[in-house]
Amino acid sequence: MAINGNTLASLKRGQKGIIKFVDAVDPQVQRLMVLGLVEGAEVEHRSSAIGGDPMEFRLFGCGISLRQEHARHFHILPVAAGD
Amino acid sequence: MTKSAEIRIPPNEITLSRRADVSVVVVGNPNSGKSTLFNRLTGLKQRIGNYPGVTVERHIGTLRVDDKVTELVDLPGTHSLSAHSLEEHIAVDVIFGRMPGTREPDGVLAVLDATNLYQGLFLVQQLIDLELPVVVALTMTDAAEENGIGIDFETLSRTLGGVPIYPVVATTGAGLDKLRHAIADIRSVPVPDRIVVWPELTDAAAQLTEGANEPIRFAELERLLIDGPIDANQAILAKLGDAASERLEPIRDELFGLEPPIARDARIRYAWVRDVLATVQRSAPRFYSWRHRVTGFLNRPVPGTVGLFIVMAIVFQAVFAWATPIMDLIDTATASLGASIIESFGEGAMSSLIADGIIAGVGSVVIFLPQILILFLFIILLEDSGYLARAAYLMDRAMRSVGLSGQSIIPMISSFACAVPGIMATRVIPNRRDRIATILAAPFMTCSARLPVYALLIAAFVPANKVGFMNLQGLVLFGLYLFGIVAGILTALLMRKTALRGPKPPFALMLPEFRRPNLQTVFIQLLGRAKVFLYRAGTVIFAVAVIVWALAYYPRSDEIGPEVERQKTQAAYSLSGEALDDAYQRIENLAAAAQMEQSWLGRAGHFVEPVFAPLGWDWRVSSAVIAGFPAREVVIAVLGTVYAVGDDADEGTLSGRLKASAWPDGRRVFTLPMVIGLLIFYACCLQCAATLAVIRRETNTWRWPVFAWAYMTAIGYLGALLAFQLGSA
Repeated sequence: MAINGNTLASLKRGQKGIIKFVDAVDPQVQRLMVLGLVEGAEVEHRSSAIGGDPMEFRLFGCGISLRQEHARHFHILPVAAGD
Repeated sequence: MTKSAEIRIPPNEITLSRRADVSVVVVGNPNSGKSTLFNRLTGLKQRIGNYPGVTVERHIGTLRVDDKVTELVDLPGTHSLSAHSLEEHIAVDVIFGRMPGTREPDGVLAVLDATNLYQGLFLVQQLIDLELPVVVALTMTDAAEENGIGIDFETLSRTLGGVPIYPVVATTGAGLDKLRHAIADIRSVPVPDRIVVWPELTDAAAQLTEGANEPIRFAELERLLIDGPIDANQAILAKLGDAASERLEPIRDELFGLEPPIARDARIRYAWVRDVLATVQRSAPRFYSWRHRVTGFLNRPVPGTVGLFIVMAIVFQAVFAWATPIMDLIDTATASLGASIIESFGEGAMSSLIADGIIAGVGSVVIFLPQILILFLFIILLEDSGYLARAAYLMDRAMRSVGLSGQSIIPMISSFACAVPGIMATRVIPNRRDRIATILAAPFMTCSARLPVYALLIAAFVPANKVGFMNLQGLVLFGLYLFGIVAGILTALLMRKTALRGPKPPFALMLPEFRRPNLQTVFIQLLGRAKVFLYRAGTVIFAVAVIVWALAYYPRSDEIGPEVERQKTQAAYSLSGEALDDAYQRIENLAAAAQMEQSWLGRAGHFVEPVFAPLGWDWRVSSAVIAGFPAREVVIAVLGTVYAVGDDADEGTLSGRLKASAWPDGRRVFTLPMVIGLLIFYACCLQCAATLAVIRRETNTWRWPVFAWAYMTAIGYLGALLAFQLGSA
């Protein structure tokens, strides 16, 4: 899959990406999909707690925070800055 | 209402007021403004109970419109009808009408957050499949407008199978009246048309129902196909019958293949939601309000964390400083009330019971109502503004280093008010080990019942010197809070490394935008808290006050009375005037002390004194600590009683009496090391029957409450021992 190894975990603060593939084997990842983190969703990295983990993302107007270890299961295509 | 008006009520309306005609469940995402809306709709006409067998609170309110009475059931927030946590299971069971003791709903009030249609529509779409009348309340429409979100209500309603949509603004009350009427008339709302989001699922459901025993709702078939034959779905399987049930697995295999069903469901439904959003939602360029600037700043890691600590420090300072004037007022009032009772009724068992038992006992607990209300006010404000979730996010990494997750921070912070709701709040933690570790750590957080003890001892024995912008008293209080946090964290760490060893718990958290809490809702919640506290003061603490008074008053000694008379006569020979009055007072105080000492409580205190002597406690403190085992705030009531009937009765208020208290050889009992030890003991020990009971309920075994009690008492004892021995050396 041509996704260059980019995941939600690799987004910089303020950067956006579109989820292209979710590795859904882990039941915890499936719970995150129920919250709307699925293929086609646009996600923006908003902030991180001290030490960069957990990370906060913006998903269609709502804030959602994930740990890096889970964010790595969401492969993305970064959206160019400035939309 | 006047009496004559009551008489005119026809009998059938009286029965209506007892039983509602219609039951409506309130369903929505967590943080969708669901509870705020529920409070606005039902006001004070609500009752809080529990669902049978579990500790999830059941909130039922009554809505009266004209002559129609509607029962509104506020369900725990959920993202999907595919339940994961205990609270979601409860919500889904009530929605499907399979919760024992709860009516099958006649309709659904779906709460949809206008600023978060994405997750909201995911849930609402599943609610439409219930084949029940649905009314949608669109909340946060003001915030949506502020964010530049425009919503095409008509298209949205059409897309959702024709459900009526009522935009509301909970803060101003706009739209609430129309919504009330719509809920009252929910039976006349047509069942919405089914939306075919996922044709393959519809086909599979049709295959499954061939030859079923009885008709089954589409929503139930969906759950069976997606979640499989789990426990919660057994009732649906029974309706399906054996023959149809056997087809379930082959049909699921064909439908999902190797893809996890929950993942497939989320992928398809959210794709549908995105299509809907594209047609009904218009986003203008966002207008940057104060809300976004505050959020933006606090989103940065360091300012966010520093902000959290500042918020906590302000809360503690406010609790201590703002309440003082009102507390002084209550203190003076109870002291003069007790004195005037004794004065007007004379001395005797009855006036002693009223003045020393009831007024002194209950009064010295009620005095802390201002502090408790201020603390709860802050906790409610932080929760309703969305800040508690942010605290969980900011603290996740720190909590993880002790083997917990950020989700544990909400139960922990709630425990600062009271460990009982705090422990109940651990239900949001899905992992059992994580949950028990949090339950064991939670009672270490300084609860509102510890506050009276801290406040009394600090006010009496710590000087109010200025230290920076705080004073020393505030600083000591802050230190005690910190001590509780550290002890709780170390406990969690210890448990996670030993008895509760296991893999790291998961974490995912919704972070709502900051929002202005609604004052009416805050007030309703605060009133509920005040009621609970005063109810405790009025029942448990009242009963304990009376029992302790009796233990301290009886048995009456036959020898003390004549001895007092003999000494008074003797004094009258050699003294006169003021000197004689002083002598009389001294004799009476000594007599009271002697009576107290040979009472049941005094004897018990003497009996355990050797155990507590290494901590510097005399028999009175020991008696108070014993009496306080069922509820720690009672210790104040007991000290109040013990010292009111003791030898220092003329010293006025309780803190004055404590200061004057001395050992037989004249040394002060309440020295600084002893007070610090006592504070540490109270920071640790688990003197709270309610907490023990809730731990038993939440862990479903006596093992954990017994362990928690022994463990915390032992730590408290050792801490007090250490403080007294090192401090006095």
